[in-house]
Amino acid sequence: MSGIRVLVGTRKGAFILTSTGKRKRWKVSGPHFAGWEIYHIKGSPVDPNRIYASQSSGWFGQLIQRSCDGGETWEAVGKEFNYDGNPGTHQWYDGTQHPWEFKRVWYLDPSLTDPETVYAGVEDAALFRTTDGAQTWQELPGLRAVKGPLWAPGAGGMCLHTILQSPSDPNRLYTAISAAGAFRTDDGGQTWRPINKGLVSKYELPDPEAEVGHCVHNLAMHPLRPDVVFMQKHWDVNRSDDAGETWHEVSGNLPTDFGFPIAVHAHEPETIYVIPIKSDSEHYPPEGKLRVYRSRTGGNEWEALTKGLPQSDCYVNILRSALAVDTLDSCGLYFGTTGGQVYASADAGDNWTPIVRDLPAVLSVEAQTLP
Amino acid sequence: MIRVVIPHHLRTLARVDREVELAVEPPVTLGAVLDALEARYPVLRGTIREHGTLQRRAFIRFFTCGQDWSQEPYDTSLPEAVVAGAEPLRVVGAMAGG
Repeated sequence: MSGIRVLVGTRKGAFILTSTGKRKRWKVSGPHFAGWEIYHIKGSPVDPNRIYASQSSGWFGQLIQRSCDGGETWEAVGKEFNYDGNPGTHQWYDGTQHPWEFKRVWYLDPSLTDPETVYAGVEDAALFRTTDGAQTWQELPGLRAVKGPLWAPGAGGMCLHTILQSPSDPNRLYTAISAAGAFRTDDGGQTWRPINKGLVSKYELPDPEAEVGHCVHNLAMHPLRPDVVFMQKHWDVNRSDDAGETWHEVSGNLPTDFGFPIAVHAHEPETIYVIPIKSDSEHYPPEGKLRVYRSRTGGNEWEALTKGLPQSDCYVNILRSALAVDTLDSCGLYFGTTGGQVYASADAGDNWTPIVRDLPAVLSVEAQTLP
Repeated sequence: MIRVVIPHHLRTLARVDREVELAVEPPVTLGAVLDALEARYPVLRGTIREHGTLQRRAFIRFFTCGQDWSQEPYDTSLPEAVVAGAEPLRVVGAMAGG
């Protein structure tokens, strides 16, 4: 019988939540790496028991952990992320130039085809890759060559937080950086282009339609339609039907179009999910009501999903990597909050139940569908 | 043997008890002890000193014999009490964050 493994990164360790395909009863394992920040933990699509975790601490720096047995045991692997050459400077909060400095790994994306190959998105923003199971990491510096000195940190730092691999073209990758925008490579990461045409950031940028500088919060796509990309920007939900060449807004009737994560239903490429947050100055749900919004039309027309979610006095945030879907026939959704709850839905968002309520603040959630 | 006490999180990482003992050839300097610690436990590389530059990480301190050695150059010889094993070198995660 199939099963689900939910990988949860928190401010104080990693937790692994497992269930059968019924998704009724859950076993909670953890904390793994107790006391450390786990920005992201994700398994290989081709070898689900191969899991990589980004472990970091303001005191002790960055580590990468690898498991080959589904998270039962772990091995600390390569943790040196050296920029290729002199990385130069980027724009600082006050508009001056500031040296590029490695701080942490925000996102780990194992290859779709090779469990030894993993992409890592880091702060200060850059993309690294390992091809030896995370023993060594090499930067793909062509990304920073795309007007890097104009990039600036968002409130959370200047981070490369999103990586999407195209299932139909192994040379095509999308990345997103706060606050630089979205970027695409079509040659395996050697050269990159900004793909921000159509984005409008009138509150954040002097030139609202600048080529780079947009505060993109998250990207999502359905594997069967890799040219259709959805975006939660700082403000605005957007979609592109041409692999990011152009974007248009699909915020529609959302109560607020600020938010962090965005996800696509596993079997319905036009069904997408966001979790609206009131504003960039008040990082909590509008009216104290925790609502996931679903569009079955690829945007613009949204419905609130509330069953099982707190509808009063809820003031948590849901961070950009903390929403995930499984691929069971009845698509499951999972999200974690800064209040330490992880909610699950086994019916595409119609009904929700908390798996756990009292974890440390959740930084990331990934779902693995196991055979 | 040189005794070194490392913080809780690094003990967990290196899978050691509270105190470790290291053989260090004279002269027993701060840098030589840290080199020996990292050679014996490679997982600690980068956690006490930055990769490459070997600069002390901002929230790490080195204490011994009631003194703060954090600002001392790495080639400074450690006190005789440390060389003799009577006192440990303490690697401390500075208290910060309230």
